[in-house]
Amino acid sequence: MKLNHKDLLGLEYLSKKEIELILKTAKPFKQLFTRTVKKVPTLRGKTVVLLFYEPSTRTRTSFELAAKRLSADTVNIAISTSSVVKGESLIDTAKTIEAMKADFVVIRHSMSGAAHIIAKTISASIINAGDGMHEHPTQGLLDIFTILEKKDRIKGLNIAIVGDILHSRVARSNIWGLNKLGANVFVVAPATLIPAEIYKMNVEVHYDISKIIHKLDVINILRIQKERQEQHLFPTLEEYSEIFGVNSEKLLNAKKDILIMHPGPMNRGIEISTEVADSKKSVITEQVTNGIAVRMAVLYLLADTDGGECESFNS
Amino acid sequence: MSTQQLIQKKVIMTEKEIARTLLRLAHEIIEKSYDVEKIALIGIQTRGIYIAQRLKNLIKKITGLTVPLGILDITLYRDDVNSISHQPIVKETKISFDVTGKHIMLVDDVLFTGRTIRAAIDEIIDFGRPKTIKLAVLIDRDGREFPIQPDFVGKKFPTSKKELICVNLKEIDREDKVVLKEQGGKAG
Repeated sequence: MKLNHKDLLGLEYLSKKEIELILKTAKPFKQLFTRTVKKVPTLRGKTVVLLFYEPSTRTRTSFELAAKRLSADTVNIAISTSSVVKGESLIDTAKTIEAMKADFVVIRHSMSGAAHIIAKTISASIINAGDGMHEHPTQGLLDIFTILEKKDRIKGLNIAIVGDILHSRVARSNIWGLNKLGANVFVVAPATLIPAEIYKMNVEVHYDISKIIHKLDVINILRIQKERQEQHLFPTLEEYSEIFGVNSEKLLNAKKDILIMHPGPMNRGIEISTEVADSKKSVITEQVTNGIAVRMAVLYLLADTDGGECESFNS
Repeated sequence: MSTQQLIQKKVIMTEKEIARTLLRLAHEIIEKSYDVEKIALIGIQTRGIYIAQRLKNLIKKITGLTVPLGILDITLYRDDVNSISHQPIVKETKISFDVTGKHIMLVDDVLFTGRTIRAAIDEIIDFGRPKTIKLAVLIDRDGREFPIQPDFVGKKFPTSKKELICVNLKEIDREDKVVLKEQGGKAG
């Protein structure tokens, strides 16, 4: 079994089996973190270019650590000091990177579909690290991996994604992935933050977290993008926090073993209270750790493979 | 990508022979070890683990000592990740004891090119500094590509490159049997 793709562009394009393969592969990678030497020689000689057109701390660092722990070389392209500021197009930047013989390009871009464009243009493996409001597949995978690790299953779990669904690539990747693995997915947000296409995505839509919290196994809380507040998509942050914010009071009605997740960065006191973020129900820091394992698994599985058959025994 | 079928040529070892061989190997390991108490077995995924487990049980039976047992998956240390058609599934490596100062007995089912053992030694060293690493294999089929030789051999059985030795163990294959196979006609 291998990934039948050159690139990882989104969970929408992966089969259930492929998602399961990535999750299964991530597990032994996580074991590496407990060793004194956290590095293996698997991708020695490979080059991973990190091309981030948007700011990022955890995703970029996570990919960089994942690549380095597999012994790949990494190159960070800082867009603010690159030829992009001189007007170079995305495709030309990608072609330049290809000419430098990179094996992987990890790209984050504010434009949905950016990763798809360069995946069609160059031969290196492209990993989508977030494209506009479209997908963030490795975040989706690490969220699913974390749930699986804590709950031992995905099928049949009631999982709510709460917050700005409209602008969230994390939400879309989660919905695609969780649906394929058989979870019951709920989205909870103000009506103005629910995209029209949500009704085709096999999810239950709700407008008040309090009404469904009792039946949830997992709440994945999304960041309220304050930078989008100029669009006035809901009246005030206080009102949002009152109806959609997850705090200890609301959790009184929740299952005792409910998991609290957040892809970060958090707005404490808005979408999540500090006591919930730091509680034992929260797996937010574990999501960060698991992110490295999942990204190592993705890099490993996408590594170029060609040539003859080899048996694992007799060697 | 190989499209050739493997045809069974002959049975090299029966269940009884495997049991007898492992008993002899356990005795040899005990006899040739200066300090049995410092031995730790590490089985290489997949069948090396079960052979190591059986050796552990035999050593316990003979000496009364329970030696530690680790599991090693060398996939991430392979030197052929870029030249194989299917990405090997990464399995578990679990060494829950400190390898430093130990006499590591590395155990595998078949020794062929020596590349797996090279990778295994690299991985073990990432866990610490063992006093010694020795190699025990059920079958040595020759054909080495690296200068690696086993210290304990169940059976030496030279083969051609077209041939393959398959070790079946009850734990995962429902029977104990070692068979020689050869690449035959094209698969349908």
